[in-house]
Amino acid sequence: MHELSLCGAIADVVERARAGRPVTTVHLRIGRLRQVVPDTLTYCWGLVTAGGPLGGSRLDIDEVPVVLACRPCGASTEVADVLVLACGVCDSADVEVTEGEDFLVTSIDLGVAPGLSEGGAPGESASKATSEREN
Amino acid sequence: MGRFHRHDDGTEHDHAHGADAHAHPQGSHPQDHQHGDHSGYATGGERIVVLERIFAENDRAAAANRAAFDAAGVRCVNLMSAPGAGKTALLAHTLAHLRDQGVRAGVVEGDIETSLDADRLAGLGAQVALLNTGSGFGGECHLDAPMVARALTALDLAALDVLLIENVGNLVCPAEFDVGAHARVMIAAVTEGEEKPLKYPVMFRACDVVLVNKIDLLPHLDVDLELFRANLAAVNPSATVFEVSARTGEGLAAWHDWLARL
Repeated sequence: MHELSLCGAIADVVERARAGRPVTTVHLRIGRLRQVVPDTLTYCWGLVTAGGPLGGSRLDIDEVPVVLACRPCGASTEVADVLVLACGVCDSADVEVTEGEDFLVTSIDLGVAPGLSEGGAPGESASKATSEREN
Repeated sequence: MGRFHRHDDGTEHDHAHGADAHAHPQGSHPQDHQHGDHSGYATGGERIVVLERIFAENDRAAAANRAAFDAAGVRCVNLMSAPGAGKTALLAHTLAHLRDQGVRAGVVEGDIETSLDADRLAGLGAQVALLNTGSGFGGECHLDAPMVARALTALDLAALDVLLIENVGNLVCPAEFDVGAHARVMIAAVTEGEEKPLKYPVMFRACDVVLVNKIDLLPHLDVDLELFRANLAAVNPSATVFEVSARTGEGLAAWHDWLARL
């Protein structure tokens, strides 16, 4: 249900940005500290947009790793396990999160989604939302 | 229709979206300059740069709520926990204490599972605004700033000193949505185990205070409170921790002192 409420917020941003124009793809940048499951987000996007003007549009999720800046030793390290926020060099917990907390709509692609008439087709859209992950 | 570009060097421009108009003067851009996703051109689409945080609109509403609190001299706390952690019992205790101290308290009640009824709250002398969170997609899982803003219309802020917002019992969604409170307080019961901070780091990172509740049950549990504190420190070293029992009242004086200084 986390992803469901996030999809509502994403849809609000996209609605403003598209200014009435049809959208094929929504590009997101999501830090791993957000604890978002991409497949779940994609599934919820289909539910939230079904039957509306964003129906049939796709999410393209760019996951950003967590990067910590260590105050004692100055090292900047990428974190493999987000449950342990400690410096990868000296193991200090006195760190600042420099990357990994983003949650942005970076851009949207305009155009009529394949197989849909302009403005989306009610009832067909949920199954067409698919996930594309670029790492 | 114009095509908008923002370059790494900070320059921005619009230009027509036609094949002829797409040429740039030699040397006007860095070598690695790209016009977004070229695959978009194949289907006649175009890419619009948005770069907006998905919480931006909520955060604007939260800032407006906070400004309203500040203008009225009200200090506001966003109270969050898992279902069953003792949020309601703690709220009742806190309201009784505030009433006895002559502090004028208000409550925004958003917990869809709450057993606290209006009569009981009225007996504690607080202004109460009930939020109907059951009308969403199977019931809302969190309060957001616009919902709280609507609830505020039912309260007389000028007649309040402290406002306690009882968020929906959930350790995930409420952490993401600022409602305009001055502090985020989380209640974690000892019965939830030591690993909760590691399992819900977004929530535990977001809070200023953690009330470790139900410590009267410790003699009956195997839970290791030191391990809980260590796990909490791993995700949020700066959180203030109070060990309390809303049932016996143990430890609540420190929480009340903190609230009075907020």
